[in-house]
Amino acid sequence: MNELNFNAACPIPITQYPHVLLAHGGGGKMMHQLIGSMFLTAFKNPLLDTQHDAAVAELPGTKIAFTTDSYVVRPLFFPGGDIGSMAVHGTVNDLAMAGARPLYLSSAFIIEEGLPMETLWRVVCSMRDAARHCNVQIVTGDTKVVDKGKGDGVFINTAGVGVIEHRQAIAPQNVRAGDAILVNGDVGRHGMAIMAVREGLEFESQIESDSAPVHETVLELLRAGIEIHCLRDLTRGGLTSALNEIAGAVDLTVNVEEKAIPVREDVHAACEILGLDPLQVACEGRFAAFVAEKDAERALALLRDRSPQAARIGRVTGERPANVFIKSAIGARRILDMSTGEQLPRIC
Amino acid sequence: MKYLDEYRDAGLARQLAGEIHRLTTRPWTLMEVCGGQTHAIVKFGIDELLPAALTLLHGPGCPVCVTPLEIIDQALDIAARPGVIFTSFGDMLRVPGSTTDLLSVKAGGGDVRMIYSPLDAVKLAEQNPAREIVFFGVGFETTAPATAMAVYQAAQKGLKNFSLLVSHVLVPPAMEALLSSPDCRVQAFLAAGHVCAIMGFEEYFPVAQKYRVPIVVTGFEPLDILQGVLMTVQQLETGRAEVENQYSRAVRREGNQPAQALLRKVFQVVPRKWRGIGEIPRSGLGLAPEYAAFDAELKFGVAGRRVEESPDCRSGLVLQGRIKPHECAAFGGQCTPEHPLGATMVSSEGACAAYYRYRRIQPSVSHERT
Repeated sequence: MNELNFNAACPIPITQYPHVLLAHGGGGKMMHQLIGSMFLTAFKNPLLDTQHDAAVAELPGTKIAFTTDSYVVRPLFFPGGDIGSMAVHGTVNDLAMAGARPLYLSSAFIIEEGLPMETLWRVVCSMRDAARHCNVQIVTGDTKVVDKGKGDGVFINTAGVGVIEHRQAIAPQNVRAGDAILVNGDVGRHGMAIMAVREGLEFESQIESDSAPVHETVLELLRAGIEIHCLRDLTRGGLTSALNEIAGAVDLTVNVEEKAIPVREDVHAACEILGLDPLQVACEGRFAAFVAEKDAERALALLRDRSPQAARIGRVTGERPANVFIKSAIGARRILDMSTGEQLPRIC
Repeated sequence: MKYLDEYRDAGLARQLAGEIHRLTTRPWTLMEVCGGQTHAIVKFGIDELLPAALTLLHGPGCPVCVTPLEIIDQALDIAARPGVIFTSFGDMLRVPGSTTDLLSVKAGGGDVRMIYSPLDAVKLAEQNPAREIVFFGVGFETTAPATAMAVYQAAQKGLKNFSLLVSHVLVPPAMEALLSSPDCRVQAFLAAGHVCAIMGFEEYFPVAQKYRVPIVVTGFEPLDILQGVLMTVQQLETGRAEVENQYSRAVRREGNQPAQALLRKVFQVVPRKWRGIGEIPRSGLGLAPEYAAFDAELKFGVAGRRVEESPDCRSGLVLQGRIKPHECAAFGGQCTPEHPLGATMVSSEGACAAYYRYRRIQPSVSHERT
């Protein structure tokens, strides 16, 4: 740990937390610090170091993508989805971010004692249906049961393997100055759907999660010959974390326009009420695509065929030091910074 | 979004900014009182549209930032006790006390819960009769009525397991404290619109008169703030020092009288220490004697602590508008949102956090200027 940041004379700062906080899983800077200082350091290897959504490995005669993700969500069933479908979509999407065609998933269940069988069956059926819909097979698995109170109903881990059938190199490191940045739909819906249910917030209309598989969209872009430099799904930390991760990985500057970023009106309203930034709210069926400028309009048209809200939100420039800038609604430019831990609603 | 996008219109913003440029003939120093306004100014880049001759100082209006260290330590003490459910608004959870913060207390097994309304804490008290429910009542006049309502309802319901750790503060005494300081640079105020929605603005008339400062009650959207600045500059340039209301769609002169009546019933005005500023007479709300049974400080025996602030943190000067966040040597290096030296860097409404989030590195704005 960096001793220089610690000022022993000052009684206030908490420079290094001695315990894991929920904020360490929030998708912000604290999570990145945890991953950087522990996991990346301990497990260091070239595939991991790319920090892609899925690792891409060359095997004799073929190229595969490999990824894993754990799903902990309360409530287990929410408007627009549930933990089962999310556990399939999330891992399928991680593979898609490497440009892979998803093939096989594993599924590991950590079940809390006392969970009604009926509930578990609903989750399993939802996974089965999602897997069918995504054309992937769940080919291996594991089951553990923990004491009552040691889990939250059910936690699911899925790992996924996909095959890469094209010659493009899609990774954060391949982003170039001049690239156009696109998103495949409106952002922030999943997080607000969960929060509305979890906190018992009642809005006029129900916000539904955007949980959905995106691999078909990506494969279509590839088939159309779009020069894709990088894809990143907008999960925890939302668009803001995704853009900061890419800018940091490639040491280039990302510029986006607030007005160009699609946010649905009900999501925007809910965020305003709670003092949250929709650009930091998680999605489960959205990604940012960094594509060559020459193909940007064609890529946008393809994305819009699937979701009319898809939009071109900005471009990459060579400015250094690397940063993410946003042009505000009234035309001024500011930094779009990653949040520290989880977003905390403001007092007033 | 309706009722929002109208107040973020780039064309109208440019018009207002143009008018401000046209009117401004010499340097003026304004202070926006509320942290919500500071946040909007920096988030939307409003100050970039203003003439260089205008200086916006960021005031003490972030409730999280001015909550004194000893009260946060009291909160940490109570929250860690077995049998307690400690409830708070979200942005108090990361504010460091002298040793730790509420999130760490939670990680250590304390039952700390983020809630959206003090009334939710009353509900928790009804649902958990065997537990002690404590609500951390922080904020200005804006949030105080909701806290008062929670106490009032708890009393009506005869709840014995609900109490309040109260640190509510009042805006006008803080403005007077700033104005009476010999090195005060503030020549005019943008008053906090939401505070005035509750309290009205009659109490500002004597302040404007005594200190010869224009006070314009101002809202929180970009066009509100630009119009508030315009009205202030008009007054300054013509030598007036009046109270005006820019935020008339939300604020009436007399304010919200039922809310005020509730405040008078449940609370009494007390002296309060402000973090970074010191004690200001008659600047806080404490529970009235007939509601003393709901006072967590008494219930848990945590009164009477004294804690010293960090000598390195200059947030007091920031809160008083005497320095800008980036003028502090610790800013961005020793002090960041991940490693805050003081509360102004922790709260999303704190001036230091706003500067850090939105303009850590000054972008070259020349080609972006409108």
